Amino acid sequence: MQYSPKVMDHFANPRNVGEFPDADGVGEVGNPACGDIMKMSIKVKDNVIVDVKFKTFGCGAAIATSSISTEMIKGKTVEEALTLTNKAVAEALGGLPPAKMHCSVLAEEAIEAAIDDYLKKTTGKGLEKKKPHAHEHHEH
Amino acid sequence: MEKIYMDNASGTPVHPKVMEAMVPFLKEGFGNPSNLHQFGRITSDAIQAARGQVASLVNAKPSEIIFTSSGTEANNFAIKGILSSHKKKGNHIITTQIEHFSVLNPLKSLEKSGYVVTYLPVDKYGMVNPDDVKKAVTPTTTMVSVMYANGEIGTIEPIKEIGAITKEKGIVFHTDAVAATGNIPIDVLDSHIDVLSMSANQFNGPSGIGALYLREGVRILPFMEGGVQEGGRRAGTENIVGIVGMGKAAELAKLEMSQRIDKIQNLRNQLRDGILKNINHVYLNGHQTNRLPGNLSLCIEYIEGESVLLFLDMQGIAISSGSACTSRSLKASHVIMATCVDAALAQGTVLFSLGIDNSETDVKYVLEKLPPIVERLRQMSPLYNLKK
Repeated sequence: MQYSPKVMDHFANPRNVGEFPDADGVGEVGNPACGDIMKMSIKVKDNVIVDVKFKTFGCGAAIATSSISTEMIKGKTVEEALTLTNKAVAEALGGLPPAKMHCSVLAEEAIEAAIDDYLKKTTGKGLEKKKPHAHEHHEH
Repeated sequence: MEKIYMDNASGTPVHPKVMEAMVPFLKEGFGNPSNLHQFGRITSDAIQAARGQVASLVNAKPSEIIFTSSGTEANNFAIKGILSSHKKKGNHIITTQIEHFSVLNPLKSLEKSGYVVTYLPVDKYGMVNPDDVKKAVTPTTTMVSVMYANGEIGTIEPIKEIGAITKEKGIVFHTDAVAATGNIPIDVLDSHIDVLSMSANQFNGPSGIGALYLREGVRILPFMEGGVQEGGRRAGTENIVGIVGMGKAAELAKLEMSQRIDKIQNLRNQLRDGILKNINHVYLNGHQTNRLPGNLSLCIEYIEGESVLLFLDMQGIAISSGSACTSRSLKASHVIMATCVDAALAQGTVLFSLGIDNSETDVKYVLEKLPPIVERLRQMSPLYNLKK
């Protein structure tokens, strides 16, 4: 199955690539054996995600989902960012091939991990209960 | 936009002379070859001629060639047909971990119905050890199936040595030669091959047509049951246009083989040397001398193959990637993993497979476009900074 024009746009011109030397929260998820590693870095001010950058090792869908999800959480409060679902990420990209849906899950997880890290640093306590995820390490 | 095709392992462009040979049969090749009238004679004569051309490519007799719809069908036919006709002798098959799915999946199904399969490992070059074949043989072994060459990593297997073992032990030897036939010389007699699968679209013939070589005297159960086409072993009205195209492609491949190998190998080596010179942390896959002439399989460290494929496609260059994301299982290629490449590194597998239409200009263009793409993806990769 081919990628949508939106996926190709975010893959070819990814937004917010990089990391911050003074990030407030960093989350890295994925596994090279599964094919993707996503690293999200956030800057938070007054509970608002004022800036976000990513680095991704992965396929076209992995890069595109990282890119669009940075756009989707920028300017949002921490609580709002946590409500972002992988489904919303995939929809914003005009859909993903079924075999690539795990990439959108990874984006959701990476944001969650970055926020968890931020909360640990600021409150000494991470997220109370992480959302259950379909994406675990694939053993076959 | 440029149109540079370096994905010949997935399918080769149809040679203009092959197309020329096929066109008259699109127009007038409608007569059923089973019929005795003039219309049937035209097509049955054409099929016989093609059978001779295909047989000659692998040094077989025309009567030993059975046309199929694809290389996949030929592999399924060989495995299922031979095993079910040799049930009395035993239920053990020896194969390798790096076979194509059209060999592995039929074997997986057969395991569920009581067959026992030994999957031999390969060394880091993707090479099977003939001694391992010898050691795996048991009194119930009825078949050995080892691919002639691996299309993903390019390694050519020690077929003649394995053929000598199966001959001595009286075991049927099948080889999936889909990636090899028409690209390197094959002699079924010299290599003691009993059954061989091939596909026309791997040597500049059309897709949708393949063949099985079956040595005279080797028993096989029919794959398709119906009429008496293909000696009753593969029923169904013949794909006349495809068969004519495959015959012509086989004739040309045999005629031009040494020039094609020289040209393609030379271009492949230029591309390989250029990449190794201009990009660091690149590793070659497969055996470096016993390999298919057009095959260049690489692991590019810190990045993922599909991303490289997509960026090259934007520049008009078509290649393959062997990364997990291209398969539904999300696992890296079983072939690459069998050669014990590290899991992350395996994700960076890309395959350039060159063919008869490529030129030095193509190679230069790829060498100009690839390094900045790799650098860009590495700058985006969380693995690169950590390890640099």
